[in-house]
Amino acid sequence: MISDDSQALLQLQNINKSFPGVQALKDVTMTVLPGEIHGLLGENGAGKSTLMKILNGVYQADAGSIMWQGQAIDLNSPQAAQQSGISMIHQELALVGYLDAGKNIFLGREPHGMIPGTINWRKMYADARHILEELGLTIDVKRPVRFFSIAQRQMIEVAKALSFDARLIIMDEPTSSLTDREVETLFYQMRSLREQGVSIIFISHRLEEIFEICDRVTVLRDGQWVATSPIEELDRDILIKHMVGREVNQIYERRSNQASEHIVLEVQNLNRGARVKDISFQLRQGEILGIAGLVGAGRTEMLETIFGVHPAKSGTIAINGKPVSIRRPDQAIKQGIGFVTEDRKGQGLFPVMTVAANIAMTRLTELVRTVFVNWREVNSLAEDFIKRLDIRTPSPQQNVRNLSGGNQQKVVISRWLTLNPRVLILDEPTRGIDVGAKSEIYRLIQQLAADGVGIIMASSELPEILGVSDRVLVMHEGRFAGEFDPKQATQDDLMVAATGTYQEGCLK
Amino acid sequence: MRLNSRDLSWQVIISALLRRGMVLIVLVALMVYFTSQSDRFLQQRNLINILEQNAALIIITVGMTLTMLIAGIDLSVGSVAALAGAISAGLIVNNGLPFGVSVVITLAMGFGIGLINGSLIIWGKLPPFIATLAMLGIGRGLTLVYTEGRPISLNGVEEYTFYGRGDVVLPLLGEIPVSVLVALAVVIISGVVLSTTRFGLHVYAIGGNEETARLAGVPVNRVKMIAYGSSGMLAALGGMLLTARLFSAQPQAAVGLELDAIAAAVLGGVSLFGGVGNVFGAVTGGLLVGVLSNGMNLLRLASFLQQMIQGVVLVLAVAVDMITKRVEGL
Ligand SMILES: Nc1ncnc2c1ncn2[C@@H]1O[C@H](COP(=O)(O)OP(=O)(O)OP(=O)(O)O)[C@@H](O)[C@H]1O
Ligand SMILES: [Mg+2]
Repeated sequence: MISDDSQALLQLQNINKSFPGVQALKDVTMTVLPGEIHGLLGENGAGKSTLMKILNGVYQADAGSIMWQGQAIDLNSPQAAQQSGISMIHQELALVGYLDAGKNIFLGREPHGMIPGTINWRKMYADARHILEELGLTIDVKRPVRFFSIAQRQMIEVAKALSFDARLIIMDEPTSSLTDREVETLFYQMRSLREQGVSIIFISHRLEEIFEICDRVTVLRDGQWVATSPIEELDRDILIKHMVGREVNQIYERRSNQASEHIVLEVQNLNRGARVKDISFQLRQGEILGIAGLVGAGRTEMLETIFGVHPAKSGTIAINGKPVSIRRPDQAIKQGIGFVTEDRKGQGLFPVMTVAANIAMTRLTELVRTVFVNWREVNSLAEDFIKRLDIRTPSPQQNVRNLSGGNQQKVVISRWLTLNPRVLILDEPTRGIDVGAKSEIYRLIQQLAADGVGIIMASSELPEILGVSDRVLVMHEGRFAGEFDPKQATQDDLMVAATGTYQEGCLK
Repeated sequence: MRLNSRDLSWQVIISALLRRGMVLIVLVALMVYFTSQSDRFLQQRNLINILEQNAALIIITVGMTLTMLIAGIDLSVGSVAALAGAISAGLIVNNGLPFGVSVVITLAMGFGIGLINGSLIIWGKLPPFIATLAMLGIGRGLTLVYTEGRPISLNGVEEYTFYGRGDVVLPLLGEIPVSVLVALAVVIISGVVLSTTRFGLHVYAIGGNEETARLAGVPVNRVKMIAYGSSGMLAALGGMLLTARLFSAQPQAAVGLELDAIAAAVLGGVSLFGGVGNVFGAVTGGLLVGVLSNGMNLLRLASFLQQMIQGVVLVLAVAVDMITKRVEGL
C-alpha cells in the first residue's frame, strides 16, 4: 500500500453499506492517487458499483468516511459529487432516449445563455461536437440518442463524463459494449487525461484491458477489500485468485467438435435493409457457431431477423429441413429458437419482478394450475437455475433490479434454458460478466451443445469467439466476409475479415 | 427495436410529419367540412367565438402539458379553476378587495395548491394520479363550502367581466377578445420557456428518464414542484376567465375540464408517459376539441352524439400516434 497518504486524491475508509438482505460492502478501504488509472476488480456482486455510487453521491454509506484532497467530505447527491469534481459513467446506460446527444452530454450542466435561465445552445452543441470528435465519433449531435447503437450510446456516456473538468472520473464497465477499436480510442483519451493529472477509476471484467491501462488495481470480493497493488506486481492468475478466492485453471476449455451431421437450422439468402444482406448459413445440431464483426456490422440485426424481431424482406429459414415462416418472435419460440439479447436491461428483463418470476416467465402457462400460478413450482424451477448458474441473490424472491449486472445476465439466460430450445441465439452473452462466471457460462454453452442444442453466439470479444466456437463466421457491412476454423485462425485473421480487407478465396 | 442513421428512410420522415402535423390536418379538414355544412361556421365572429370559448381550456391545457411532460398528470385543474373563480369573486364582492389584489391572491392560491400536489407526489410518494385526484375532490368541496352552493354574481364588477367578454381593438386584426390575448400570452411564454430555458430542458429530461436526470445532477424535485405549481396557477387563471365569461362564479364550474385538457394535450401529441410533446401541439389539440364541439353545435347534433364523436376522435388520434411511433422504431 502507499505510505504517503497525504498525497492521495481520495481515500475511502472503512466504508460499509447494506441493502435489505445483503451486506454489499464491509469495511472497504481504497486510496486513489492524483493522475493514476486505478482498476477496480471483483466478481459480479462484489460491490464495485455500490462503492462507486457511494462515491458519486447516489447512495450514502452506512458507516465510514471519504477523504477528498485530504479533507473529509460529505457526498450526499450527484450534484455534490459533481461540484467536488467527481464524474461517473454508470454501468447501466443512463441517457434520456428522447433527448439529442448534445443535450444528454450537458444535461445538468448546460452552458448559460445571455438571459438568466436560458441555455447557450450554440456553445452547447459546438462543445458536444468537439468532445465527440475527440472520441472519434462523428455523429449528429442533434439526433435523439434512442436512434444510436449501444456502442455509440456508450461513447456518448463517455463524452458526458468528459464534458466538465473532473478531478476523478469513475468508469463503471465503459468497455462492455465496445469493440477493440473503440476501446482503443477510449484508452487513448484515458491516457491523455492521466497526463493532465486526472485520476480514473476503471472497472472492467476484461483482464487484458486492466493490464493494458491500469497503474494500480484494487480487488473486492464479497463486499470486502482483498488487495491493492501496482499492476507490475500482478499477473493474470494472481488477479483471478484474488477475485474468485480460488484458482480458475482454464477459462476456455477446448472441446472436440461434437456437432452431428443433422442440420437443425438453415438460413438462405436472408435480406433486410443495409445490415442484413444475402445471409446464408447452416447450423448443425450440437454446433457452436461464433459470429464476429465490428460494432455496426449487422450481427444483432441479422440475429433479430432470424428471431422475427424484424421480419426479413426476403429469404428462407428452415428448421430440421422444413421451411418455416418466422415473422414474429413468438413464431421463432414455437420453432424452438431462444434469443438472449444484447440489451438485457431494455429487452431481456422484467425489472420490477422477482428473480423467480423472471426465470419462470416463459413457462408460466405450464406452471399455472387451473387459474393460479403454482408459485412453489416457480420457485423450485428458479432455485434449480440459481444453483446451476450460480446466480448470486439472497433469495428467488429478490427483485431482479437489485442484482448485479452479471447476475442479471444469468437470469436472462436461465429463462431461455427453461424452454429447452433447439437453437439458442446468444448476442454478447458474457457482456459484463466476471471471469469465474464467464467460464461457467462457456461450460454451460458447451454442455448445451453436447446435449444437441445448436448455438449461435455473437460476440465482440475475439478470444471468446475463438475459444468457444466450433466454427466462426465474420460479418462485415451486413454480409458474411469469411468463415474460419477457430483451431487455426488467429484474432488478426478475424479482424482482417471484419474490417473488410479480407481477400475472397483464402478461406483457412 | 433500433434504428441507425442509415435506416432513416422515407417512412420515418413521413410518419414524423404525420405525427407533428396530424392534428393540424384534422383541424383543417374539420373546418373545411363544417364550412361546407354551415355558412355560419367561417364567419369571423364565429371563429373568434371559438377562440374565446376555449381560451380557458387552452390555458389549462398548457398547465396539463407541463405535468404530463414530467410523466405526471394534474386531475385537480377543474376543481382548482372553480375554486379560483369563487375566491376571486368572493374577495371582491364580499371582502371589497380591489380587482388586482384579488387576482394576485387567487393566482398565488392556485400556485400553492399545485405545490401541495407536488409535495404529495415528491415527498408523500403518492402517484400523481392519486394525489391530484384527491385534490380534485378537496378543491370541489372547498368551492361548495366557500360559495355555500350558490353562484357569486359579478354584475357591475366591470374590471373583472372585461376579461371574459371585453375586446381590444388591434391594428390589422380588429376586435380581439381580451381572454384570447391572455391565452395567447400564456402559450407564447410557456412555449418559449419550455424550448429555450434550462427549466424546459430539465422538464423533458425528467419525463424521458427521471433516474438519469437525477444522476446528471438535474434538480428534479424543484423542477417538479414548479411544474405542478404552474399547473395550479394556470388552472386558477383559466378559472377566472371562465368566471368572467359567465359574469358569475359557479360552484359547479369546470366540472370535467381536466378530461378535456388531457384529451387536448394527447390529441396534440403530448405523451401520457412523459418527455414528448410541446405546448403548441397541445394548443392545436385544444382548438381541435373546440372546433369540433362548435361545429357540431352549429349542425345541431344531439349532445350524446357529440360526446361519442369526441371519444372516437380521441381514440383515432392516439391510435395514429401509436402507429407512427412504431414505424419510427420505438
Ligand atoms: N439497490 C439495491 N438493493 C438491494 N441490493 C442491492 C442493490 N444494489 C446492489 N445490491 C446488491 O449488492 C451487491 C453488490 O452489487 P454491485 O452492483 O455493487 O456489484 P458489482 O461488483 O458492481 O457487480 P457487477 O460486476 O455484476 O456489476 C449485490 O449482491 C447486489 O445484489
Ligand atoms: Mg457493477
